[in-house]
Amino acid sequence: MLLIHCPYCEEMREEEEFSPAGQAHIERPLQPEDISDEQWAHYLFFRKNPRGLHHEMWLHAAGCRKYFNATRNTATYEIMETYKMGQAPRVTANEEGQS
Amino acid sequence: MSQVNRIAGSSKRINRNRTLTFSFNGKEYQGFEGDTVASALLANGVDVVGRSFKYSRPRGIITSDSQEPNAIFQVGSTQATTIPNPRATQTDLYQGLTASSTNGWPNVDFDLMGTVGKLGGSMMPPGFYYKTFMFPQSLWMSYEHLIRKGAGLGASPQQNDPDSYDKMHHHCDVMIVGGGPAGLAAALSAAQTGARVIISDEQNEFGGSLLCSTQSIDGQLPSQWVEKTVAQLSDMDNVMLLPRSTVFGYYDHNLVGINERRTDHLGEHQLQSTRQRVHKVRAKQVILATGAHERPLVYGNNDVPGCMLANAVSTYINRYDVVPGKQLVLMTTNDNAYKTAIDWHQTGRKVVAIVDTRAASNGDLVNKVKKLGIDIFFGHGVIEVKGSKRVKGVDVAPINATNHSVTGPAKHLACDTVASSGGWSPVIHLSSHTGSRPVWNEEIAGFVPGATVQQQHSCGGLEGIYALSNVLSNGFATGAIAAQAAGKGDGSYVGKAPKTSDPQEDASMALFHIPHSKKTSRAPKQFVDYQNDVTAAGIELANREGFESIEHVKRYTALGFGTDQGKLGNINGMAITAKSLGKTIPETGTTIFRPMYTPTTFGALAGADVKHLFDPARFSAMHKWHLEHGAEFEDVGQWKRPWYFPQPGETMQQSLERECLATRNSVGILDASTLGKIDIQGKDAREFLNRVYTNPWSKLGVGKCRYGVMCKEDGMVFDDGVTACLDENRFIMTTTTGGAAGVLQWLELWHQTEWPELEVYFSTVTDHWSTMTISGPNSRKVLEKICDVDVSSDNFKYMDWIEATVAGVKARVFRISFTGELSFEINVQANYGMQTWKAVMAAGEEFNITPYGTETMHILRAEKGFIIVGQDTDGSVTPQDLDMDWVVGKKKEFSFIGKRSWTRFDNKRDDRKQMVGLKPKDPTFVLPEGAQIVFEKNQSIPMKMVGHVTSSYYSACMGYSFALAVVKGGISRKGESVFLPLSDGTTVEAEICSPVFYDPKGDRQHV
Ligand SMILES: [Zn+2]
Repeated sequence: MLLIHCPYCEEMREEEEFSPAGQAHIERPLQPEDISDEQWAHYLFFRKNPRGLHHEMWLHAAGCRKYFNATRNTATYEIMETYKMGQAPRVTANEEGQS
Repeated sequence: MSQVNRIAGSSKRINRNRTLTFSFNGKEYQGFEGDTVASALLANGVDVVGRSFKYSRPRGIITSDSQEPNAIFQVGSTQATTIPNPRATQTDLYQGLTASSTNGWPNVDFDLMGTVGKLGGSMMPPGFYYKTFMFPQSLWMSYEHLIRKGAGLGASPQQNDPDSYDKMHHHCDVMIVGGGPAGLAAALSAAQTGARVIISDEQNEFGGSLLCSTQSIDGQLPSQWVEKTVAQLSDMDNVMLLPRSTVFGYYDHNLVGINERRTDHLGEHQLQSTRQRVHKVRAKQVILATGAHERPLVYGNNDVPGCMLANAVSTYINRYDVVPGKQLVLMTTNDNAYKTAIDWHQTGRKVVAIVDTRAASNGDLVNKVKKLGIDIFFGHGVIEVKGSKRVKGVDVAPINATNHSVTGPAKHLACDTVASSGGWSPVIHLSSHTGSRPVWNEEIAGFVPGATVQQQHSCGGLEGIYALSNVLSNGFATGAIAAQAAGKGDGSYVGKAPKTSDPQEDASMALFHIPHSKKTSRAPKQFVDYQNDVTAAGIELANREGFESIEHVKRYTALGFGTDQGKLGNINGMAITAKSLGKTIPETGTTIFRPMYTPTTFGALAGADVKHLFDPARFSAMHKWHLEHGAEFEDVGQWKRPWYFPQPGETMQQSLERECLATRNSVGILDASTLGKIDIQGKDAREFLNRVYTNPWSKLGVGKCRYGVMCKEDGMVFDDGVTACLDENRFIMTTTTGGAAGVLQWLELWHQTEWPELEVYFSTVTDHWSTMTISGPNSRKVLEKICDVDVSSDNFKYMDWIEATVAGVKARVFRISFTGELSFEINVQANYGMQTWKAVMAAGEEFNITPYGTETMHILRAEKGFIIVGQDTDGSVTPQDLDMDWVVGKKKEFSFIGKRSWTRFDNKRDDRKQMVGLKPKDPTFVLPEGAQIVFEKNQSIPMKMVGHVTSSYYSACMGYSFALAVVKGGISRKGESVFLPLSDGTTVEAEICSPVFYDPKGDRQHV
């Protein structure tokens, strides 16, 4: 059971209040009609599944109802940071020497 | 029967003034307050407490703690209070306790399995699970009930648990697991910094190993130091002490789960109190002070009752004044176990011999034993035990541990008890729970906690520190360090560590498996895991068959698969594997322990979260009226919705036909309050709707409604409903009853993550409104009687909404229809719902207004071919598949959600499953929903399935049965026949038709 910092509520709260919302930083193509089926399929279906750092979205479902991002280690479940939607992560895999 | 093994003794841990009567396997015994069931049984000289799983061998008590593999009982006198599988060694005795063996049906002394079935033994070699149970399945079915009945592991209660349970949440600076010397020292030192400390221990009192120790602390009995320390801690406001509290799990981010057994020791079903309480502790720092478990040695017939752990024997003597036998043979690899011989000797009973596997030892304890005149066989092992229901003697022989051989003739010694000690294994279970890999410590021949990402400390026996003075100083130091890490104190212990003097000990020997003069496969069985009857020979066989990873060996042999998770046997099993593969133990690997540390009842985990507190029910404002009018209810999400309103003597089908006909011919009324309602506001609300709905919203005027379909980005329909324009910048969206929360979340997702520049706000208002739909040709006449606005067809058109006063209540009335009839949906503030509903019913009385439920709603909408998302769709259906291209905006500027995906190759196929109507050839036969559809009737199995029935009913209005279905390429197959092979072996025929069965031109809703 994780203890998660909501960057909007600015509090550490129990995992029970949150729901995971998948990989973060997936941008919707601005002109969907202009890209190939393959490119569209990548946007739709292809997701990372790293062992190690993962940037992912969470929803503070039973709290402020805001989506935010977290950088989490999928092997140890450590949460290195949480940050607001639209912000860039400070901890990234390359800095950690991981691929 | 008197307590033959209870000696005069001086233990303060039992209260001889309070005799407790209990029964075991139907026979009455007596023990004392402070006893466990195990100590009381041993006091009464009960040797056999169960039968083994596979071989059905008689089994006795081996341990005095959570490792116990054999004394696993069914405790409790009724079907409501019975508890499967508590360990007798951890079950406090109470007056009237009723226990029985879980193994050994029909009774432990007469062995039915052994004499009749002989199911065990040769029929269940290692790998039996893999070879037999995994496939074929039919064999598993025939074996399983026999095995369970013959050797099962307890029975579930057949009646509801009468007890109450609850949960508490805590935050603390330092959580200490284990109240032995290390934990108590750590608690004292951490608490003195002012840190908030919680300390828990699984036993009925704090003290751990000190409760049965004879080693003095500050010149006093160890129990006196415990008493003083616990008193000191109790006096501190910042300390919480939890005895009888097992930490069952250590979870991520320093969450500790504790099960406190509050009344289990008092008896069954305590009316006035909480039986068990789960504490969830989120700790800044966790100190694990879980100590170590003694390891038994593996030798021939080591499961004969009377074979015990050395330390368990000492515990029964020192803590319970129980000597579990008359003549002891002690086998050891270390000095420490010599204590047991001394303890036994001091009771006046005979120590036959000490069998020490080492060549020699000159430690203090060894020399003390020598002075007592006890025989010691150095360089020897107990290679085999004689006896069946009780040890009768042992064969002792010189052994060579290096090449695993017996080097000389065996000598027989008569005895009734064999205590063994192969050293100690730190209790690493909790540190493993969070994924930390234990590391092998050669010096202590045991695993200790490895690196972890938790804020975790460990001390004492868990770290392989066994000498009491070191354990105490390590505890004090660790407590201070943990407190400092939590922001309290400077990291050093300010108090004075108590004085103890530890006996000097010679090195112990890393030996696990005692050789026999015959090779292992032919020697008497040498048990490693008692609960699953895993032997040394079985493990060697697994290794020979190619299972080298310890995790594979586990699964192949079932080593460690019992309710004890192999606490007693795992290390020995790994050592035997390592030896047979010629590897070291760390090379062989470690096994990972997972929660629960010991079995935890479901009641405790559920706490008070049962029934409506677990899954709340939602009721509309008119619920009481529905109850009073005999409604049957259906669960839709958490909502209780009227399903139909049977009148006396009616079958369900008769009710539905009456409700349908009344609605089509006069007027019906539906409580539609549960539909999701989302209030959408903001200057970009309209643009937002354009992006999330498939149809256009740019031109929807104030006072108008529109049906919309939402797709996911993959182009598949996921919700639908009517949205009305309340004002230029304000809309009210309705969603399906079950989809309300998901749709709100969906809208928020897109707004927050993709289009934050749009100014739009979403509020759920589902519960603010009560909604009643009146439907049918007379619905306008009913509304006219109680509405202050002209609702004639000229003034109030189909798909309009108006603000009006209905029965004196301010209302929004929508002229929309889900039945295909003239319909009005009246929305009033929820607290006026009941009043308005009653007024509508009164106004409708002259038209025989008929309440109907969800089932009639489903029939009426299906007659019109209106889909229900989630029933007629399943997340793989596009609007085009539904033949609903009319709901797709062709000129919308923005590439709305789902649009791009419709041009993907797979979504353009002609043979996609498409929504159609089906008319069964037999007009009275109602197709089962979910029935599979085939084009060709006479095919070999497996048939080519081309679709399935999604909705199916009998229509009273049309006089025949009908269905909605998805069929491959169905839209262009209208008029063709399809076949439905049913589960009863029959096949029925149906014709593909338009899904709109009733009033295809839609005249009725427009009147
Ligand atoms: Zn929040």
